[in-house]
Amino acid sequence: MVDLALNFLFTTQLGFLILTVLKAFAILVPLLMMVAYLTYVERKVLGAIQLRKGPNVVGPFGLFQPFADAIKMLMKETVIPSGANKVLFLLAPMLTFSLAMLAWAVIPVNDGWAIADINVGVLYLFAISSLGVYGIIIAGWASNSRYPFLGAMRSAAQMVSYEVSMGFVMVTVLVCVGSLNLNDIVMAQSKIWFCIPLFPMAVIFFISTLAETNRSPFDLPEGESEIVAGFFLEYSSMSFGLFFLGEYANMILMASMTTILFLGGWLAPFQGTMAGDLFSLIPGPIWFIAKVCFVLFFFLWTRATFPRYRYDQLMRLGWKVFLPGSLFYLVLVAGVLVFMGWLPHAA
Amino acid sequence: MSFLDRTARSLLLGELASGMALTFRYFFKKKVTINYPYEKGPISPRFKGEHALRRYPNGEERCIACKLCEAVCPAQAITIEAEPREDGSRRTTRYDIDMTKCIYCGLCEEACPVDAIVEGPNFEFATETREELFYNKDKLLANGDRWEPEIARRLELDAPYR
Repeated sequence: MVDLALNFLFTTQLGFLILTVLKAFAILVPLLMMVAYLTYVERKVLGAIQLRKGPNVVGPFGLFQPFADAIKMLMKETVIPSGANKVLFLLAPMLTFSLAMLAWAVIPVNDGWAIADINVGVLYLFAISSLGVYGIIIAGWASNSRYPFLGAMRSAAQMVSYEVSMGFVMVTVLVCVGSLNLNDIVMAQSKIWFCIPLFPMAVIFFISTLAETNRSPFDLPEGESEIVAGFFLEYSSMSFGLFFLGEYANMILMASMTTILFLGGWLAPFQGTMAGDLFSLIPGPIWFIAKVCFVLFFFLWTRATFPRYRYDQLMRLGWKVFLPGSLFYLVLVAGVLVFMGWLPHAA
Repeated sequence: MSFLDRTARSLLLGELASGMALTFRYFFKKKVTINYPYEKGPISPRFKGEHALRRYPNGEERCIACKLCEAVCPAQAITIEAEPREDGSRRTTRYDIDMTKCIYCGLCEEACPVDAIVEGPNFEFATETREELFYNKDKLLANGDRWEPEIARRLELDAPYR
């Protein structure tokens, strides 16, 4: 009986479909739980740094707060402004949310544990994260309101600017790996994580991910002191909730990208030594999640530490510091690799 | 040279790192949150909370209907009507405070020659309807009876500074 079921799953097309759906659930359900608890942890961390306690009333240590928030969000009324373009207005949050989920198809949580182990994984991720800006532009435009429009324009400009330097950082990593497959990128770090030789790139990448996900200190698309809430100003109820989920899912996505590109994915630290062998006893997915959480803590930590950038400072940093900086380092890395003959796949 | 110095400093993110180190230290500091409905912060003996009309120890109400509080009230929240009682003493027949108008300045308390109207330590008197906040004489006297020990202690503590 079990043999028959397994045979059905692994050989027929319908079985393949069912299997893929199951795999998608296996990654999306923990992801959504992580999103829910990221909002909780964010409030706790911000609270702790501001000498507050954070949520501590709903459940033990406030652990049920995310569910209370979700229920509240679902019970609210969805208000559609009379001037809004209804179709696009409702499409935008769905787009943002589904794009944030879509990218997870290629993220390997362990060796080969990706739903789609494709050879252009990095390109796919880059493409999906670039598409994310559409949800925001559509939201800002369809709201037919001033502040959302301004917020959307800022957000679009910001995301496009920082994608350029992010692209160069990724290319630097790719030059060292010689493959666009995320699995290969992680395996290439089995000797040394890229955050050590490419440390400046890792810093630029991290700061760019902050800008890419509209997190503080680059959260001026939703700068509440000037444009209230930015592009999702007119949204309420679950349509707002989808933006919220999408934003936090994007944060986790960017953190896992940082993990894969620079922190050696699911690999245990100190590979090849005694300690490394010991650490390798802990399974890969746990290392992966631990590293993602570490990067996410940095997201929250920077939010608690730095004030918001001004728009011109943001643009200056993106175009005049990160772009030439990452380009210079890319050329340097490529030069060193060629000079020392360390190029991967060198004939 | 100073240009190089400045550039190197900003490239090494020294300021950012020290800022983050500071917030990281704060992360582990003792939290100052008070768990409000269960824990309350200390309040001064001069705290201006909910009003109360006091009585003398023999049970006689203190207020002599001089209407100084009504006159001094900047928000005109107090309304007093008075006429002589059967025994000939001057007392109020009506003493209303509109708590929605009151600005809790404490001038009524200052003006009162017999320490009848006082602002007590209670600040948790929210109601579900507006009408419940139109206090009449009964409500104020009841407040006085309820908070008298507390009010007397506060007056005693504050007496040296008056």
